[in-house]
Amino acid sequence: MARAATSKAASSGAGPLSNIKPYSASTDEMLRFYKDMLLIRRFEEKAGQLYGLGLIGGFCHLYIGQEAVAVGLQSGLDANKDSVITGYRDHGHMLAYGIDPRLIMAELTGRGAGISRGKGGSMHMFSVDHKFYGGHGIVGAQVALGTGLAFAHKYSEDGGVAVAYFGDGASNQGQVYESFNMAALWKLPIIYVIENNGYAMGTAVERGSSETHFHRRGESFRIPGIQVNGMDVLEMRGATDMALDYVRAGNGPLLMEVKTYRYRGHSMSDPAKYRTREEVQDVREKSDPIDGLKKIMLEAGISEDDIKGIDKEVRRMSNEAADFAESSPEPDVAELYTDVLVGSY
Amino acid sequence: MAIELKMPALSPTMEEGTLARWLVKAGDAVKSGDILAEIETDKATMEFEAVDEGVVSELLVAEGSEGVKVGTVIALIAGDDEEQKPNAAPAQAGAVTEPPASSGPSLRGNEAPVTKPMAAQAVSLEGGTPTTVREALRDAMAEEMRADPRIFVMGEEVAQYQGAYKVTQGLLDEFGAKRVIDTPITEIGFAGIGAGAAMAGLRPIIEFMTFNFAMQAMDHIINSAAKTNYMSGGQMRCPVVFRGPNGAASRVGAQHSQNFAPWYANVPGLIVIAPYDAADAKGLLKSAIRCEDPVVFLENELVYGRSFPVPDGDHSVPIGKARIMREGSDVTIVSYSIGVGLALEAAETLAAEGINAEVLDLRTLRPLDKGAVLASLAKTNRMVVAEEGWPVCSIASEIQAICMEEGFDHLDAPVLRVCNEDVPLPYAANLEKLAVIDAGRIVEAVRKVCYR
Repeated sequence: MARAATSKAASSGAGPLSNIKPYSASTDEMLRFYKDMLLIRRFEEKAGQLYGLGLIGGFCHLYIGQEAVAVGLQSGLDANKDSVITGYRDHGHMLAYGIDPRLIMAELTGRGAGISRGKGGSMHMFSVDHKFYGGHGIVGAQVALGTGLAFAHKYSEDGGVAVAYFGDGASNQGQVYESFNMAALWKLPIIYVIENNGYAMGTAVERGSSETHFHRRGESFRIPGIQVNGMDVLEMRGATDMALDYVRAGNGPLLMEVKTYRYRGHSMSDPAKYRTREEVQDVREKSDPIDGLKKIMLEAGISEDDIKGIDKEVRRMSNEAADFAESSPEPDVAELYTDVLVGSY
Repeated sequence: MAIELKMPALSPTMEEGTLARWLVKAGDAVKSGDILAEIETDKATMEFEAVDEGVVSELLVAEGSEGVKVGTVIALIAGDDEEQKPNAAPAQAGAVTEPPASSGPSLRGNEAPVTKPMAAQAVSLEGGTPTTVREALRDAMAEEMRADPRIFVMGEEVAQYQGAYKVTQGLLDEFGAKRVIDTPITEIGFAGIGAGAAMAGLRPIIEFMTFNFAMQAMDHIINSAAKTNYMSGGQMRCPVVFRGPNGAASRVGAQHSQNFAPWYANVPGLIVIAPYDAADAKGLLKSAIRCEDPVVFLENELVYGRSFPVPDGDHSVPIGKARIMREGSDVTIVSYSIGVGLALEAAETLAAEGINAEVLDLRTLRPLDKGAVLASLAKTNRMVVAEEGWPVCSIASEIQAICMEEGFDHLDAPVLRVCNEDVPLPYAANLEKLAVIDAGRIVEAVRKVCYR
């Protein structure tokens, strides 16, 4: 669970990986991290409300509690060359890229203006422009696909690194290890990010995983692993910079276990009976990533007013996204038959 | 008594081979485990080892002989229990003076080599170079790879081993290890890597050693490759080719003998191609590689070694278009892949009975060329579908449905399907033969729909 106070490297003596330092962010960077994390939170809260109103259907997996992971990590990537892929809990990763929240929310409500024209939904969103390759609904599939992205980076010699996010649950899928094997064998430039939020759907990690130290899961493939406190955006960013240096230097894959926590259920339809209210409350009070950064910002002399200004701006953005998603029309019925194939035969 | 050494069957589908090289000569003493010869099969060059001890008394087939049928006696060994046993052997081995090596064997060697044109396979195209299906597939990949650096081939044994079925022979030499990549035995892993690389803009050709193993990888073929373009609203493409042999091979049992065409043809977002002859194998594979959509390209191990004329030059064949293999007026036999050869064979038999059958090769199974099926039905009013695969929820049943729904007024008889028996494929030779379709069964079905 999320109480990892400090980050650590799994393999002893893994030289460049041995000490993860929190990133020393400038004032502007802190303001940006704060805004990005808060936008994810407010956006997801809004999505939860729209789901309750029946405006969002099917499955909807919220990222509340895990905001520091996507924001810290993706702020360190080179947007011109690095690529990202994740599973179905994907709204946060898209928002962390600065993708227009209106297009994401409109996809959640299944509207024609959605980023996938309303045909993907919550779990299937992509932005090839941002080198964000989804948004995949099959647990673990993004790990092999992400390894393919890394293969393409190496093949094209474009200097890019692929980041494949997956959860503690997906870590038990067989294809994860098939991917590890080939990535290590071919020294592919990829960071495997295990977002360990403590629960694989409703199953606590100890009940589903014989090795719960997920940063060790690459050891039999000689993939070094590090463990990072995913409730701290600056630690996330510090670890990311180090991981990117390691992978970009041609050392092959790296495994990053991120200890995090989701406040909401697995999906909107999850009553979360497998954990206590107190447990969630405890994390919220002691380790919340947004409160944590706010504290650091105040200590660094950023004014309450500046922070309030961001709060206001973010609230406006998420309200606007919700309004847009509610009011824009459903896809044209002709869209039913478009995009099945690219060519005509 | 002399022991007869016979041309061995070194692969499940081998019917004949080339005796590439003798490593012994008459008079040599051999013991169990010694390598006697190198034999080229339809898949690889294999070493032929001695099982019995003795002295080679005669080589009956000269080295370099092609098309030596399995079971042909290729050499004689004087057994251990014969008189020259203990000391004669070394003596003979030393006396290399006059081994009748090259004259005698070549005599016998001449009767073995026969290139076997399968009954009705000699479909005359507009000419071209005789090429095996195996070579045609390789040529398609090589030509496309020369033209587009984004294309690479990945799979088990595709590089150093030159392909489990020799389809990728020579590609490693020409294109190097960066573009011809051996994987571990890890189907879902490399299918996912291929799909991911395609999403990132490369043009992967993913070879499955057989499509039986692709079942492990089906999630990526269907959930990742086929649905991406739709789910992304046309933003993200997945131009990958998954190829390899499909359908029953020979005597390899139920887990290695299955036609997956109907499985993949069920999935919107995929292109599914199943060529029959070498010209189509080449032309359609080239189109598949150029295609922006994910393609499942189903080959057939039993036709890899068959030779057909292939038009010279950049020969490509459009996806989604069936072709008439044989014009006819009384009945249409619809088929694809290996079934086309059987349909042509059946048509020959039927012609002798006065039934003029049209043979339609579907070539692409998704999108299916409904127009060609219905046009042929309108012409002949009777139809039989021949499919090397199970009958239930098959391509054959799809064709039947199309004829019912859209060709009803043209039907003079029910559309019949000739498929494999609805059982897992048995191993025993006699049972296997019973389970798999043949020309005789197609002939019978045609007689039925013609009320003859």
